[in-house]
Amino acid sequence: MSEAMQKAVSAVQERFGAVVQVFKDETTLVVSADHIEDMMKTLRDEFAFTFLIDVTAVDYMPAEPRFNVIYHLYAMEKKDLLCVRVPVSSVRPQVPTVEKVFPGAAWFEREVWDMFGIRFEGHHDLRRIVMPADWEGHPLRKDYPLGYEEVQFTFNFDEIAGRKPSPKE
Amino acid sequence: MADFREVTVEELRHLVSDRAMSGETMLLNMGPQHPSTHGVLRLLLELDGEIVVNCIPDIGFLHTGVEKTIESKTYAQSEVMTDRLDYLHPLGNNLVYCLAVEKLADLDVPARAQAVRVILAELTRLSSHLIWIGTSSLDLAAMSTFLYAMREREMIMDIMEMCSGSRMMTTYIRPGGLWRDTPVEFESAVRKFIDLMPKRIDEYETLLTRNPLFLDRTRGIGVISKEECIQWGISGPVIRGSGLAYDLRKARPYSGYEQYDFDVPTQTSGDIYGRYLVRVEEMRQSVRIIRQALDKLPFGPVRSSNRKYVPPPRSEIGTSMEALIHHFKLWTEGYPVPKGSVYTAVESPRGEMGVFMESDGGPKPFRCHYRSPSFANLQIMPLLTRGHFVADVVGIIGSIDIVLGDADR
Amino acid sequence: MGVEQKTGNMGVVTTTLEQVVNWSRTNSMWPMLFGLACCAIEMMGAEGARYDMSRFGMELMRASPRQSDLMIVAGRVSRKMAPVVRRLYDQMPDPKWVIAMGDCASCGGVFNNYAVLQGVDEIIPVDVFVAGCPPRPEALIHGVMVLHDKVKKEKLTDWK
Repeated sequence: MSEAMQKAVSAVQERFGAVVQVFKDETTLVVSADHIEDMMKTLRDEFAFTFLIDVTAVDYMPAEPRFNVIYHLYAMEKKDLLCVRVPVSSVRPQVPTVEKVFPGAAWFEREVWDMFGIRFEGHHDLRRIVMPADWEGHPLRKDYPLGYEEVQFTFNFDEIAGRKPSPKE
Repeated sequence: MADFREVTVEELRHLVSDRAMSGETMLLNMGPQHPSTHGVLRLLLELDGEIVVNCIPDIGFLHTGVEKTIESKTYAQSEVMTDRLDYLHPLGNNLVYCLAVEKLADLDVPARAQAVRVILAELTRLSSHLIWIGTSSLDLAAMSTFLYAMREREMIMDIMEMCSGSRMMTTYIRPGGLWRDTPVEFESAVRKFIDLMPKRIDEYETLLTRNPLFLDRTRGIGVISKEECIQWGISGPVIRGSGLAYDLRKARPYSGYEQYDFDVPTQTSGDIYGRYLVRVEEMRQSVRIIRQALDKLPFGPVRSSNRKYVPPPRSEIGTSMEALIHHFKLWTEGYPVPKGSVYTAVESPRGEMGVFMESDGGPKPFRCHYRSPSFANLQIMPLLTRGHFVADVVGIIGSIDIVLGDADR
Repeated sequence: MGVEQKTGNMGVVTTTLEQVVNWSRTNSMWPMLFGLACCAIEMMGAEGARYDMSRFGMELMRASPRQSDLMIVAGRVSRKMAPVVRRLYDQMPDPKWVIAMGDCASCGGVFNNYAVLQGVDEIIPVDVFVAGCPPRPEALIHGVMVLHDKVKKEKLTDWK
């Protein structure tokens, strides 16, 4: 960890009670959802992490807290990459949005809502982005089925061909 | 199939201005099937006469559910899917996936594999920029560049076919190195290609760079400043066209890029013309990198010898019991990768392409998320098109250079 | 045969109505620009100078479905795109043909999940399937030639 990163990490640890994890050469800060917006603002203004690379999420069903929302931040001059994790429970999957701090987070948060069902409070336009607007369910959750079609071999060819939709015309 | 529900204006009311409701401005649908949207992108344009007041992009028409499918296949099987994400840059998608797996599993990559990876990655960047220059100038009605670019691209595809058997979706870069060693004709074919490429790039420049029609359609259009780029998380030629020299090959080098000497071109105008100049110069720098890598190409193995992840060569299977057992285990259950989560990134022709991979210790990836540059770069469409004519929208989409397979995943 | 033998070399040819109409339909079938994904790049390669589709009269890709005869579905069709494909097919005037190019359009290809339609023949009737991922430009041209053979064999009763 470089010096600048060390300073940022200790400041965030003090002010927002974040937990630090280091894996190979990557630093991760685990913080709770209430502090996320202030923490992002601090990291952007005081410690030069001005570039938001990515916002995504992971589903750890059945462990609690079920989801982890993951942010990746980058400091351009010092070339430091920082990962921030926010645990979210399945009972109330909600996180405040960081769209006002990083405008580029808008579509990433929409995608997390679409794929995982985690609401972002304060987002100006939270609707589905990659799935059709009337789709039900959140595909990347672990309890959502893959939805694959059984492969047609010679022994079950006619059975599946009967079930497959085909155009009437 | 007829019972689908379209998104109505009611739901988008909060995005369009009030003038649309009274009929003063027109809502035009530049639909998913359109000659110049570079794929299936839907744009809802709010027009005041011919001037665009607002532009709302609607993506998802090529959503393939790759991230969900990867979670149900082993590491080796899911690499096949990654080729088809950013389909103009297939080896780059493979490369970033392999970098993530190698980081999690601490796999070493021999020097010859690193050098060939660099050569192939730069050839893929050239082929992607050739398609870009062909199609974006086709949108601005310069048809001959398209045919010339296709001619060069066929030469690159011949090289890919020589190495791996397939013209586009090669899956040639595997964790631990490459699939197999390059054939004997590889070096001479690549050298022949890079010897004639600089003159061909000059040909494209003669056609476009000083062409008054091209200049009229591209100068001062679609301007974005450096600060806005950083706020919105834009990377790639778009941010380099606005003045910031952010290139992952220099900032966080991978696969031995620190050994090669090349420049990162930038322009300060931030418009379509600036991005065009950046990409043409990038093509020249790619040729420079390939020449250096080819001159220094070392001999040696092309794949790691860690048999827990890399299958043994066929000749060993007949004689060694361990080789047979390794082969069997790798093909039936796959290789378990140690627990952890990493983020690795690569400079694709569109920007920063990254993979966030989390493993739970099993043979299948627990979560593999692709940070795609087209998805992030498409967010600034409303900013870029405001105040321009409808005809400029086409040029702007071409200059951001999006690939919908990448954006929708 | 027939009348030519009597009139000599006067430039008169006898044939059947079917043959003439079928021949003229194959001679410049205009494809609709419908490249969805990676197969579209190989379709563009087939139009390039090396694998020339212009020799069939097909280099002109019409963007509007109202002006095209042939729809080459090149690439994977996702569930969001499926209604659009059906609507474009309905907008094409008769006679129309469909080539499903590539594995994803024929049967779902590599992707067997919730988001991809397992073959575009779930929503529109397909005449020729071209296999490959992506199919080489030569394979696409072979598919086009197979379609031409199929059209030449059509009978009066099949015409719409």
